[in-house]
Formats: sequence, C-alpha cells, structure tokens
Amino acid sequence: MAIEVIEPGLATSIQDEGRPGYYNVGVPPSGALDLYSAAAANALVGNPSSAAVIESAYMGPKLRFTEPAVVAVTGADIPVLVNGQSAPSWTSLDLKAGDELSFEILAGGARIYIAVSGGIDVPLVLGSRSLYALGAFGGFQGRALQAGDVLPVGVGSGRPGLSVPEALRPQFAKEMDVRIVLGLYDYRLTDEGMSALVDRPWQLSPVADRIGFRYAGNPLQWKEREQPFGAGSDPSNITDAGYPVGSIQVPGGIEPIILHRDAVSGGGYAQVGTVISADMDVVAQSAPGTMAMFVPVTLDQALEARAEARARRAEMMAALS
Amino acid sequence: MSSRYSWGADEHLVVQITEDMSLESNFKAMAMASDLASQQVDGLTDICPANASLLVRFDPDRIAPAEVERIVREAEGRLEGGGPQVLETRIFELPVWYNDPYTNETGARFRDRHQTPDKTDLEFAAQENNLPSVEAFIEAHSGAPWITSMVGFVAGLPFLFQMVPQERQLEVPKYVRPRTDTPKQTIGYGGCFTAIYSVRGAGGYQMFGLTPVPIFDPTQELPDFTDFMFFFRPGDIVKFRRIDEAEYNQIKEQVEAGEYRIRQRPVTFDLAEYEKDPDAYNARLLEVLYGN
Repeated sequence: MAIEVIEPGLATSIQDEGRPGYYNVGVPPSGALDLYSAAAANALVGNPSSAAVIESAYMGPKLRFTEPAVVAVTGADIPVLVNGQSAPSWTSLDLKAGDELSFEILAGGARIYIAVSGGIDVPLVLGSRSLYALGAFGGFQGRALQAGDVLPVGVGSGRPGLSVPEALRPQFAKEMDVRIVLGLYDYRLTDEGMSALVDRPWQLSPVADRIGFRYAGNPLQWKEREQPFGAGSDPSNITDAGYPVGSIQVPGGIEPIILHRDAVSGGGYAQVGTVISADMDVVAQSAPGTMAMFVPVTLDQALEARAEARARRAEMMAALS
Repeated sequence: MSSRYSWGADEHLVVQITEDMSLESNFKAMAMASDLASQQVDGLTDICPANASLLVRFDPDRIAPAEVERIVREAEGRLEGGGPQVLETRIFELPVWYNDPYTNETGARFRDRHQTPDKTDLEFAAQENNLPSVEAFIEAHSGAPWITSMVGFVAGLPFLFQMVPQERQLEVPKYVRPRTDTPKQTIGYGGCFTAIYSVRGAGGYQMFGLTPVPIFDPTQELPDFTDFMFFFRPGDIVKFRRIDEAEYNQIKEQVEAGEYRIRQRPVTFDLAEYEKDPDAYNARLLEVLYGN
C-alpha cells in the first residue's frame, strides 16, 4: 500500500506527536502543529494518536492511493474532493485503488491533516517520524513532500463512515484571543512596552510557519540599560538562552514572534511570555491577517485550560470509539 | 546574586542564573542540568543548560509544576552548599582553516549587511578588539581552549565560550542584518561566543573560517557518529588547531573516506583549579589532549 504524491500542496510534511528529549542539542519537538486535529484524523481511521499523518499549510496536496484505504481529512476548513467529487471532512472515507484525493480553496484555518489507516510508515528518527526541516531529517527523506514521491503506509484496520460531531470540530475566526503566561524577560519592557503587548491586537503577518508566527503592530519599548557582558548591544538582546516552545520574542521591539513546534531552540532575543499549551493548536490554525489579542493568564489558569482541552479531546476520542 | 525563576507557561521552567555571561554561571547551569538528569525524574522531558541559564521542559500531566520547581531549587541548593565544582567531560581538537576563500566569498556577497563594507569579517574583528592584525586575532582565537556553554539554535550547533579571563575575551558584534547564507561548518562569532554552523543556512555571526570536520551527521555513517548524530554536548571542551589549505583538503578526503577520527580524551574540569591560574590549567588540559 502506498500513496503517490501528484501535487505536493504547500509545505507538506509528515508529522506525528513529536520528538521530545533532544531539545538540549537543539532539536525541537516538531510534530503536528495542531495536535487536536491530527489526533482526530488518526482516531477517525482507527490509528493510535502516535501514527504519522500528512500536514499541509493553506493548500492541500493531490494524492493517489494505489490500494483501497480508509482516509480522513481534518484541520482547516477546506473542501475535500475524491476523484473530483465533493467528500466530507472530519469523516472517515472509503477510497478505492486508484482514487485521487484533492482539495479546493481554503475557507478558514491554516493547516490540513490527512490520516490514512495504518499511518504513514516512514522511518523513525530519534524516536519520531516527524520532519524537522532545518535539520533535514525525519519525515519523508528529511524534506517536504514533492510531486512524484511515493509514501509507504503501514497496516491498519479503519472503518469508513465515522464522523467527528460538529460541536467537537474547531472554529476558525479572524479575531482571536491567545492566552499567554507573562514572565521570562518581561521585566525588560517599560510599562508602555507591556501595555503595547497586551492592550492592543496584533495582526499575523505572512511570515507564519512551523518555526514561528510573526505579528505586526506597534513597536514595544524596552528599558534602557548598560547591556550585560555577553548580551549583545540592542536592548532586546540577552545572553543567548533556551527558548520555551510557544515563547514570544520581540527582536528590536518591532514584531513579536511566537515560536512553534519546529522552534529554534535558543538564541539572544528576550522573550516576554509564553503561549499556554492549550492555545498552541489555535495559533497553528491562524492564517495571515488574523488579529490576535495576547491575554495574560496565571499558571493555574493555564493548567485549567490544559485540563479542559484534554477533556474535550477525550470526548472527541470517545465519540469515535 | 540569586537566580530568577520564571514559568514558560505550563510546560517550561526557566532559571536565569545571571544576566551576564561568565564561566561560573555556565558551570552552574551545566552542574544543575547534570544533577537533574541523573535523577531521571519522570515528566521532565528536556533539561537544557544554556550559557547563563537553564531551561527545563516538563509534562504537567505527569509532574506538577510546583514539584518541578522544588526539584530544580533543590539542585541549585546542593551546588550552593560549596561541594566540589567538577565536571566530567571530554576535550577534543577541531582543525580550522582560518581566513579561507569560501567564507570570505560568502562575506563578500553580504557586505551591505555588515558594519564595515570595506573590510573582511576578520579585519573587522581584529579592529574591534584593538589587535594589530588578523594574524593576532587568529592567534588569540586558536590559542586558549573553549567550553561548549550551550548547544542549540538549530540541531547540534554549539555555542563556545573561551576559557580566558574576561579582560582577554574577544568581543565582536553580529552582522547589522543577518545573511541568508552561511557555509556548513563555518566558524562564526557573535558577542563573546564562537558558534559552529552545523548546517548551511541563514546567520548573523561574523565568519572566521571553516572546519573540514562535520559536527552533525544525520546518516550516522561517520565513525564518530555511530552512537549519536550530533557531536557536541554541553560541557565539551574544544581546542581549535589552525590548518592550511593543503591540510584542510587532506582531512576533507579522510572524512569523505570515512577514515577521519576526531582526537578526543576524557577529562575532569575543575572550576576552582581553573580559576587559580587559567593559563596553567589550560596547558594541563592540552597535555591530556595531546599526551599519548
């Protein structure tokens, strides 16, 4: 069983739940940016959550299945076609040998997930099948998919006709709140700088990929100081340090960048807060132009939100079992 | 001065040991990381020492954040108890072709992003450090050994801090605007850190030379990479050895034939002994490296 890539779509890669444990040598967690949608796609086709799926940004691929397969598409709001005929998303589909899966124009969200029963069976690298593009390893041959690639598929036992209830599918809005825990180097901001960070919305720029999401808005002010030895000359510089996944850095005070799952693991820019784990999927599904308010919450509120997200995921999994 | 603890939302704890860089702060970060790693605490997924800070990534479904903080503070407390400050590590040699035509050519393509468009990166670095010549700068850079104070940014990229007193530290600003290209295995410099580019790509550090020795081998076919695809680990001590074009090409051939081995020896680094007399201590380290 294999999948032939006829057209690759945009920034299409193989991703699973990620590669923890190597951040101390600069290897980020990687994995599906929107883990909820990836888990739903896997559950729909009878795979464990750890199975590898196909992730695309904004534009879906065109794929041909060499043998019968149970397939599901989740994530962004995008019309799905099987042999040119409309097919439902968030639903397990019964594809016959030679069937082609393709997509129309994205209507909302940003990232599309395609799961196939048995999972995409590329080799494990450091315990994960996820592509880490900067390191050129993992995924399919250490790179994004190209036309002509043939993806190996494992053995599965999915059944068609399962569907994620409407209420358990994500909603995509052009305005959103992104909850953050302030801290890290936020003491380096002036009061005006802090107010500029959290009191006004930021617009997501087109520079939004698996490494980071860059926003545009008003510049932030940093406290002037004599820079410490080793920290670099700009007030937004620090002695190079590790970057939390989801942390927000503001090089030069101009454009906040949220680091995502293919983050650079460290560097010399001050970070002023971190997106809570429960909102990383929401950031992943935001398209350029989206207006985001960074809403400060406490660590306890972040943990409550995490518990709510887990409960919602458990409800989704239960609905498909 | 006390460390600053801060949450990176619900999955990270960051300990800022000091705002400035020093061997003492880095040593503390590495010692805390090593203490935490040896405890094998369930739920601590990544323990990442950095130059003057420590990042811990955890899974709050397996360990409560308050418990993570307690364990990390205990590790810090043990260090402050005044026990012996030693690090079991290794020392190895990396040959470097300084002032090579490849990095010079790359630098020439991005002169509009540089502080001194009419000078090379090395000429600028010498001037910034009040050294009389590029030769003198290379002499200083390849003289004393360096400690790997952090690995990161991208996969396997080491940040290196020279083992000399602060008044002898080389300091060079980064490019005004980053380049879009840097050759693989470039010896770069920014602030007070050497970095070795493990992969080709964008970069803002000044470029001083090239090593013919890979530091990252995702295929794990080279003999020094059979256990792990990255060579550098935090705490590694490295000595640069200046080579010329002929030796660069010779080593490159050995690497391509799978025959080159990085010269390395295990070593115990003792911070107090080092601080008594850095130059004498470094000389002893080099005896370990180059002794039989």
